[in-house]
Amino acid sequence: MADIKLESVVKRYGRSQVVHGIDLEIAHNEFLVLVGPSGCGKSTILRMIAGLEEITGGEIMIGGNVVNDLPPRKRNISMVFQNYALYPHMNVRENLGFGLKIAKLPEDKVTERVKEAAEILGMSDLLDRIPAELSGGQRQRVAMGRAIVRHPDAFLFDEPLSNLDAKLRTQMRTEIKKLHQKVETTIVYVTHDQVEAMTLADRIVVIKDGRIEQMGTPMEVFARPANVFVGSFIGSPPMNLLPAAVRGGAIQIEGGVTVPLPPGRQVNAQEGQEIVLGIRPDDLTPVGHGISEGGPAFALKLEVEFAELLGMEAILYTRVGGREVQAKMFDPREISEGAVMEFNLSLNNLHLFDAKTQISLERG
Amino acid sequence: MSAAGLQRRAGEVASWIVTFLLMLVICLPGMWVVLTGFRPNGEVLAKPAVWIPEVFNLDNFAKIFGFGAEQIAIPVPAYFSNSLIIALTSTFVALLIGMSGGYAFARFRFRHKNRLFLGLMLARTVPGIALSLPLFMIWSRIGLIDAKLGLIIVYVALNVPFTIWLIDGFFRQVPQELSEAALVDGCNRWKAFWKIEFPLAKSGIAAAGIFAFLTSWNEYALASQLTRSTDSKTLPVGLMDFTAQFTIDWAGMSAMAVIIIVPALVLTFLVQKHLIAGLTFGGVKG
Repeated sequence: MADIKLESVVKRYGRSQVVHGIDLEIAHNEFLVLVGPSGCGKSTILRMIAGLEEITGGEIMIGGNVVNDLPPRKRNISMVFQNYALYPHMNVRENLGFGLKIAKLPEDKVTERVKEAAEILGMSDLLDRIPAELSGGQRQRVAMGRAIVRHPDAFLFDEPLSNLDAKLRTQMRTEIKKLHQKVETTIVYVTHDQVEAMTLADRIVVIKDGRIEQMGTPMEVFARPANVFVGSFIGSPPMNLLPAAVRGGAIQIEGGVTVPLPPGRQVNAQEGQEIVLGIRPDDLTPVGHGISEGGPAFALKLEVEFAELLGMEAILYTRVGGREVQAKMFDPREISEGAVMEFNLSLNNLHLFDAKTQISLERG
Repeated sequence: MSAAGLQRRAGEVASWIVTFLLMLVICLPGMWVVLTGFRPNGEVLAKPAVWIPEVFNLDNFAKIFGFGAEQIAIPVPAYFSNSLIIALTSTFVALLIGMSGGYAFARFRFRHKNRLFLGLMLARTVPGIALSLPLFMIWSRIGLIDAKLGLIIVYVALNVPFTIWLIDGFFRQVPQELSEAALVDGCNRWKAFWKIEFPLAKSGIAAAGIFAFLTSWNEYALASQLTRSTDSKTLPVGLMDFTAQFTIDWAGMSAMAVIIIVPALVLTFLVQKHLIAGLTFGGVKG
């Protein structure tokens, strides 16, 4: 039970710097997700917290103690690895009890804790199997079990679901969330999957090239992305990004229409400034097929080039100003190729970024 | 039977015949030596040759080990114990170095790593016999001729590149995450090695051990140069004691050859259960 604090943490391999002075505070019992594309340094940050990677500069504190020079075993953390890392020569019971035996816990205590963990994760009947006899999901569960038996101060998850198929991933995601509610421990979770990040996190940290791009609750990061990268990384399908300029208090999309700025919307843009306009597919919907929030909308006619039917919704591919734009259609119906439809663009949810700095022009 | 079926059957028969002939070529000399070890010299030298043994007993073994009425003046027990001490010690040391070296090459990054590895492999390309003269000269100066230690050092040197190479490969197959998981689970590096990595690389270490033991146990050329007396002579060198100026005691020699073969066979059988590959399967996602 502890909070984790990173102060100006730097990691360098030879001449190349992969983590550039990260500052991060993770509260006790918080579920923090580090998300970013491959190679952004998120796993390195996690491994530095675990003590598996030395830090080049800065300070890491767990429970108020600086742990920079402590080996992993003295940090009282547990880690779940991407490829499970179960000990193949031990059965599930031995895998779960390994850390406790190393800590020289009495045999009856080990049995009790293993039983408890197995019950929490619903795998009491698997205890005598070896990892090779388990399915992917079961192995993942054992890996989590191995983490919880030790009652650590914090759990570290390193892309734990990326080796599972889509269905299992959804199921395990729910289990991890439930686990957090049951065991009430600080969790630092690394993933490149923004859906995982959105669904699991109390707070998301978006990382790119070893730097924090934005920190906030999933809804904050989704609704008010700090820059173009965060906007395009979080959300699926991704945000449409269109080059535009501010003219006469409205947004003129390059080669296309002019969209009015909603009344009362405060942005840091000046007349003539070049911007990037971000439109989430959910905010561009055919009339009668959107989820109206009652805010001001701008109507525009667009030709649908292609439609992907997903059941409850459809992704429509259209063009604005010559650029491909994805729109969402809730409660979809068959659409013939080339059909021209009337769309509503939700003006309250437009995202404006500076074209040069890529930073959000949102005020406040 | 159809023509295709016949053809397939003929192919199978042909492959069995070829296999049989090949196995005959491989096994016959060994079998002949073993059979000869259990037969009296008279039958071995009989003309025309006696193919199916008429007399089959342990007299030759009793003779060379100094039991029974007839004895041979060859100190086989001493050779046997020399061979055992030298082979076991050199194997043990070569494995120890091989494990440390193999682990270091598999797990750590250090300067000139690749060059060092290549150097080790190149050392192995030098034919043993080419080393005999320089070795003889150096060993005679430092008093290691006719000493078990002298041979042990030579065999360790011969075996180390191979054991490092083999064990390195096996440690590489053990995913690093496993030892990292052990570190997080409360182990220090030493414990993580013995509890996790060693058991998983065990089959490779056993294989390296067998090879190192057999190399030391069977080596003749260098041992014949560096040994002189019962203090250090090994079994393969001792075999030559059965040749006199005008006679060769084929039966005795073969009996001793059997004694050389048997421990090697026994060891291989004992260790082979550890040679089960694929033990690491299932621990991590493949």
